[in-house]
Amino acid sequence: MTATVKYDEVEVGQEIPERTYPVKRLDLVKYAGASGDFNPIHWNENFAKSVGLPDVIAHGMYTMAEGGRFVTDWAGDPGAVIDYGVRFSSMVVVPDDEGAEIVISGKIEEKREDNTVVVALTARAAGEKVLTRAKATVRLA
Amino acid sequence: MRTRLEGMDCMALNRDFIGRAFPPSEPYEVSRVKIREFAEAIGDPNPVYRDRDAAKAAGHPDVIAPPTFPIVITLGSDALLDPELGLNFAMVVHGEQRFEYQRPLRAGDVVVTESTISGIRSIGRNERLDIQTVVTTVEGEHICTSHNVLIERGA
Repeated sequence: MTATVKYDEVEVGQEIPERTYPVKRLDLVKYAGASGDFNPIHWNENFAKSVGLPDVIAHGMYTMAEGGRFVTDWAGDPGAVIDYGVRFSSMVVVPDDEGAEIVISGKIEEKREDNTVVVALTARAAGEKVLTRAKATVRLA
Repeated sequence: MRTRLEGMDCMALNRDFIGRAFPPSEPYEVSRVKIREFAEAIGDPNPVYRDRDAAKAAGHPDVIAPPTFPIVITLGSDALLDPELGLNFAMVVHGEQRFEYQRPLRAGDVVVTESTISGIRSIGRNERLDIQTVVTTVEGEHICTSHNVLIERGA
């Protein structure tokens, strides 16, 4: 496991710059196929509205995957992630044409032994926090 | 989730399922093609998900899977399909998800999953279902444990 970020060079409170991940209906269709989660609330607007949702919503796991991508891009090796958990606090509503944007940022919350750090993630869509208690534990170089 | 639904009933989940452990899944072989498909679907161009040489250069024996890939084999648990449980999938949203990793899944792994329903409780009008799934190779190596919370939205 070869993370490129060095433990000794990371400080508690350090921020990881924000990144924006666009999400379109096509992404959700691809994600449905790749993950096997074909719940129609993620691709069928009529169905989504019939069960009381405002529109098609992204899979929570799609948002979690973008958070994972944010962390692994920062750490330099996906194998360096040893724990990753989130709570899905709000829906990412994905309108047909314009889609949505997931904006993710991070902060070093804690330095632990064994060269590990806890990264706290913030993820927003349309101004709402879509993840809470989002934390990844990463083993650094 | 503040959506209110009029005129739809939400059946309480069957509490007899609390603590129920389900038999191991059929073995699942993690393939390079599936890893690539998943990486494409999440829009992640990282070469360690596609290129064996890049993965080896990063210290892995073969291409590895993104951190959330285990959902492919842990979410569709047979445990949830039992009609006796009473879960209405149309009303289900994902509440929480956590993975604890011993190492990343990688191409060539043949794994089995074992799920346990660790809790069911009501939260307001909703039902909360906690599922824990352990992923191990057929050789018995523990890869990761998934903690999954599903919320069945109530009327």
